[in-house]
Amino acid sequence: MSVPATDGWVRLHPLSPVLRGVRLVIPAILVTAQATARGGSTGIRLAVFLGLVAFGAVAAMVSWLVTRWRVDGGTLRIETGLVRRDSRQIPLSRLQAVDIVRPLLGRVLGLSELRLRLAGSHHGDARLAYLAEDGAEALRARLLALAHGLAEETPAPPELPLFQLPTPRLLASIALSGLGLTAAALVVVAVVVVTVSPPAAGALLAPIVGFWMTGWRRLNSEFDFAVAEAPDGLRLKGGLLETRAETIPYGRVQAVRITEPLVWRAAGWCRVEVDVAGQGHARRGDQEGVRVTRALMPVGSREQALALVARVMPWPLPASTRPPRRARLKSPLRYHFLAAGFDARSAITQGGRVCRATVVVPLSKVQSIRCVQGPVQRHLRLTTLHLDTAGRNLHAVLRDRDAAEADWMMGELPDLCRAARQR
Amino acid sequence: MIALTMTTDALDENWRRISDRVPHMRLTQLLAIAVPPVAALALVLGVSGALLAAVVVVVAMGGSGGLTYAFLLARYRAWGYREREDDLLVRRGCLIRRVSVVPYGRMQFVDVIAGPFERSFGLATVRLHTAAAATDARIPGLDQAEATRLRDRLAALGEARAAGL
Repeated sequence: MSVPATDGWVRLHPLSPVLRGVRLVIPAILVTAQATARGGSTGIRLAVFLGLVAFGAVAAMVSWLVTRWRVDGGTLRIETGLVRRDSRQIPLSRLQAVDIVRPLLGRVLGLSELRLRLAGSHHGDARLAYLAEDGAEALRARLLALAHGLAEETPAPPELPLFQLPTPRLLASIALSGLGLTAAALVVVAVVVVTVSPPAAGALLAPIVGFWMTGWRRLNSEFDFAVAEAPDGLRLKGGLLETRAETIPYGRVQAVRITEPLVWRAAGWCRVEVDVAGQGHARRGDQEGVRVTRALMPVGSREQALALVARVMPWPLPASTRPPRRARLKSPLRYHFLAAGFDARSAITQGGRVCRATVVVPLSKVQSIRCVQGPVQRHLRLTTLHLDTAGRNLHAVLRDRDAAEADWMMGELPDLCRAARQR
Repeated sequence: MIALTMTTDALDENWRRISDRVPHMRLTQLLAIAVPPVAALALVLGVSGALLAAVVVVVAMGGSGGLTYAFLLARYRAWGYREREDDLLVRRGCLIRRVSVVPYGRMQFVDVIAGPFERSFGLATVRLHTAAAATDARIPGLDQAEATRLRDRLAALGEARAAGL
């Protein structure tokens, strides 16, 4: 359990410095290897290695000693830093999502990291690294209860499973994605090159490793993926070595995207992603920076996708209409997918060139409306409408609508959005 | 229906324009950027004896400067904003036309910025920020008094109608 300090302040788990320190061992080995390459006796190598490890251990220990947190009414306070004190107050009513992350070694030691996602935070997510596993879950339930304005002691509500990703399908989906197909093609090319001229094959090694690493990362993060519904939000769970459990409170979803890549369409598969508010300024080297939208469903059938979307946005999706035929001249490659529509609750848009992408945005989440008309569009009497949301990278684009229709939409949409906000 | 002027070119009386000192400011900016290099080049050419080349350079640069100024004038005329009951409309652009609608309740904060050129002409830019990074609502070249008025009004309206994310 976490170590209680004075008056409600709590320290992180005492094993946290171990976990943080271990992360420094690999860089230490690298630096030592570099020192070795430059030449130097065993004694110096050992001294460099031990010095780095000792420095890391002391830094991790100090960081643990000076970090403490407490829940104070509706705010979570985290204090950290030895030289530069950093005291963060997190109003829980602004909480956008809560994640529990368990790295491999953390699972061995029984530790988890709690990440709190906030809107408009420039400093990345607030983190508590690390807490005991059951402590992290209890704290998550407590924070979510407070975020929903309930009593602090409200127990974590029961979950209702909505979706479970079978492993064979995940493997097949990775193999059939653009990534998997490119990697396979590269292997074939490499085999051919090796038989023809072996020395040239070395150049292909880096891209092959890169593609396999990306594929592995997807497998690692989406393995055994499951979605469950709880009264305090949607629960997403998954991971092979490092597991993540995310909770997205209801009403925090800014946009949903359903993507259907070319090969997947033959199998009737699609991917569902959700976007929550935030500025997307992830720390350097953070996986979050790569994976900005969260998969709500890594791969599944269209029916499953629509069922999940209906859970996030519990109202019927609006009907969409296609832009006029002359839009083909302006967007020849994506005209076949273009469609858009809206009603009083949400807007739906469809686009994409090879990969069909459908975006649904609740009108209550629209931050601003823009319409843009370039010279070609003006000539063809077409206009593109953008509905901006606070999400990190999804927003609805009603592309190449008839100009008169767009004018009408620009008259209607602000009022509809305002009504949706006040609903 | 509100004509949002994607189909019409003219700004009607409902739209407010930006200050008529903006063309002067744009001209000053253009001259400040273009005159020193052109003068230097013409001087070098003239001193080295290529008088004809110097004249050609000056005339060509003068012509393209004139075209640029005409374009900047067209852009200046396209700027307009309109305070409606619940939202602010901003339109701009002559080649690519844009109209933005920003509800007062969605505004996170309002900035008033004035660069050295704007300051010397007594102008300022008002910029609106919402929680969406894509929101692109700024109004440059406002009279400083008008910029302050707009900022205060927007801030007051934003507070009165603030909506959560």
